[in-house]
Amino acid sequence: MLEQLEGSQAVARTVAACRPEVISAYPISPQTHIVEALSDLVRTGDLDPCEYMMVESEFAAMSACIGASAAGARAYTATASQGLLYMAEALYNASGLGLPIVMTLANRAIGAPINIWNDHSDSMSQRDSGWIQLYAETNQEAADLHVQAFRLAEEISLPVMVCMDGFILTHAFERVDLPTQDAVDSFLPAYEPRQVLDPAEPVTIGAMVGPEAFTEVRYLMHAKQLQALDAIPAIASEFEDSFGRSSGGLLRGYRIDDAETVVVALGSVLGTIEDAVDELREQGVKAGALGIKCFRPWPLEDVRDALAGAQRVVVIEKAFAVGAGGIVGQNVRLALDGLGIRVHDVVAGLGGRPITKRSLRSLFEDVFADRLEPGVLHFLDLDREVVERELERIRSHARPGPHAENIVRELGIVAARPH
Amino acid sequence: MAEQQIKGYQAGTFVIGNRLLDPEERSVQARMDRSNTLTSGHRACRGCGEALGARYALDAAMRASGGRMIAANATGCLEVFSTPFPESSWRLPWVHSLFGNAPAVAAGMAAAMKAKGREDVRVVGQAGDGGTVDIGFACLSGMFERNDDVLFICYDNQGYMNTGVQRSGATPPAARTANTKPVGAEPGNVFGQGKDVPAIAMAHGIPYVATATVAEPRDLEAKVERAMGMRGARYIHAFVPCPLGWGSASEDTILLARLAKETGLFPVFEAEHGEVTAVSPIRRRQPVTEYLQRQKRFAHLFAPTENSEVIERIQAGADRNIARFGLLAGAEGP
Repeated sequence: MLEQLEGSQAVARTVAACRPEVISAYPISPQTHIVEALSDLVRTGDLDPCEYMMVESEFAAMSACIGASAAGARAYTATASQGLLYMAEALYNASGLGLPIVMTLANRAIGAPINIWNDHSDSMSQRDSGWIQLYAETNQEAADLHVQAFRLAEEISLPVMVCMDGFILTHAFERVDLPTQDAVDSFLPAYEPRQVLDPAEPVTIGAMVGPEAFTEVRYLMHAKQLQALDAIPAIASEFEDSFGRSSGGLLRGYRIDDAETVVVALGSVLGTIEDAVDELREQGVKAGALGIKCFRPWPLEDVRDALAGAQRVVVIEKAFAVGAGGIVGQNVRLALDGLGIRVHDVVAGLGGRPITKRSLRSLFEDVFADRLEPGVLHFLDLDREVVERELERIRSHARPGPHAENIVRELGIVAARPH
Repeated sequence: MAEQQIKGYQAGTFVIGNRLLDPEERSVQARMDRSNTLTSGHRACRGCGEALGARYALDAAMRASGGRMIAANATGCLEVFSTPFPESSWRLPWVHSLFGNAPAVAAGMAAAMKAKGREDVRVVGQAGDGGTVDIGFACLSGMFERNDDVLFICYDNQGYMNTGVQRSGATPPAARTANTKPVGAEPGNVFGQGKDVPAIAMAHGIPYVATATVAEPRDLEAKVERAMGMRGARYIHAFVPCPLGWGSASEDTILLARLAKETGLFPVFEAEHGEVTAVSPIRRRQPVTEYLQRQKRFAHLFAPTENSEVIERIQAGADRNIARFGLLAGAEGP
């Protein structure tokens, strides 16, 4: 049913249609609207049977999901940013125990400096936690991915993180075709846990494993993630058959077939990138875009196939490995190993900085003029003057003070400046 | 022959032999049909108080729940010695997640049972003192505050024994641990303000809080049974000596647990909705030195010279407990 609604409401109502039995969450912007709406649905009895646990921290939120899932309940939570880091220990535990918990991550920057706006620092920091990571481009896709996420998690017995850009998607009003209850019910069977805490058949879950078997247990986690590379497209295809629209999958190419320059990105920025690609095409430039829908497991072969015909790849990512470089970029290079394709790493949109078409246009001009040194991490729209002055301050002052405050003082009141 | 007055205890133990009791009044441990929830073959040290406590408590809880029970366990000795995979000593559905989250995991399990309409299946959470009073404290308080339907049991051996006997928030003053050695100006653990978790649990106003020791299994069992007869958040704080960490003889575990109570150092009581409803009075009051001298962790208080100042401070702490809980009502002379 088509509705004009906020992304968070679309996700909440779709999650409700997936009939979670335990929801456990702690408030953090920009995830709050999702769990508030679910709390309403539990209170009114519209989502029944379901227990909504108002826990005291994200660590407890994930821990309660672990307990609920181990006890055989379909469990859901949502978080962002610092909250994801606070549950980090429990994230590894959930995946290690093979518990099919589904979580919405309203992507947000990580401090310090504290920043509530969107980037991908949070999800990227947990890319190796053993969770499957799916990235939504639109609110329609965010909603649809949750239906697929429960199915996927329970099919392969691994937790799934649905990443959607905080504010940009969570707080945006868009037209969404909400999956109906009947359609979800026929797509998503009732949860049949692989192992469960049941007095009729006592099991020990979470025992200690020593050097004699730990490698094999970890290998199996890897193998299960690789299995997901087959399960994800299969589920996406079945979803398309059932719901009549394409959502999810591993990758989505845009005007990529004959593209010489391909821009790789994740999440909501793909819309702007596709517009920029259209403009380049109008100018006769053979450009295309590749959206990464699933970052973990990393669809190495698919990425290699999709990019094999390109001469140049520009990876635009909303996070980076401090002191090392791009994160998605490293993964793309791994996929392109030996093909001799030039890969540029560009960090953009950190802490909510808008990635505008104008900025992308000037980035592409630099790329085509070979002004972008490959192998060096580039920062889109970086204010070099401000950075240089701060670096100078460090060199010349014994106690230069905190960077964040110095720079904000220099910039003045941002709202007063023209964007 | 003069009539001999029968006291309710055998010499030195205070324990009534089970054979004198009516079968229905015998302890769970004395019953042929006990569930052996933590069964034999595990790797606990000789004289482990925690293994005893867990066995007493869980067998009683299993009996009370008719065997319909699932448990969440924090990381720690109890988890490590019971589950070196592929072996497991647990004869009930049991999950170990992390060190600091057992109360939240248990709360999630209880929520699952409620959502599934299986509230006949009861949930127990358990941890040592580290997993309860320190790293698990936030989750414990949250579970209390929400009044989740969980019985949480803390087996308090007063330190991080699994990692090599370090100090916890439950380690008593002056005790030697691996990081509070008897060196420097104040040997052993410092005199802090203490962290009285049973009192903190009571401050949450939860339905039931009790303390117990492994010296009195019938009392521990009765408290578990009482707790299992209630719904909501319930907390039992069980005192469990650790021969390894305390430097005590393994055969002295029960004796030390009893002395902790009989000196007043560990008050044994019950509380409902934040109010104390019953205390176990001291039967034969003992000076704290009787308790301290049997443990190498306090050896530095007695040799090379006796540190009477510190011993008096510890005695004063016991005296405060005795006055606060009225532990001497009905006490017998030595």
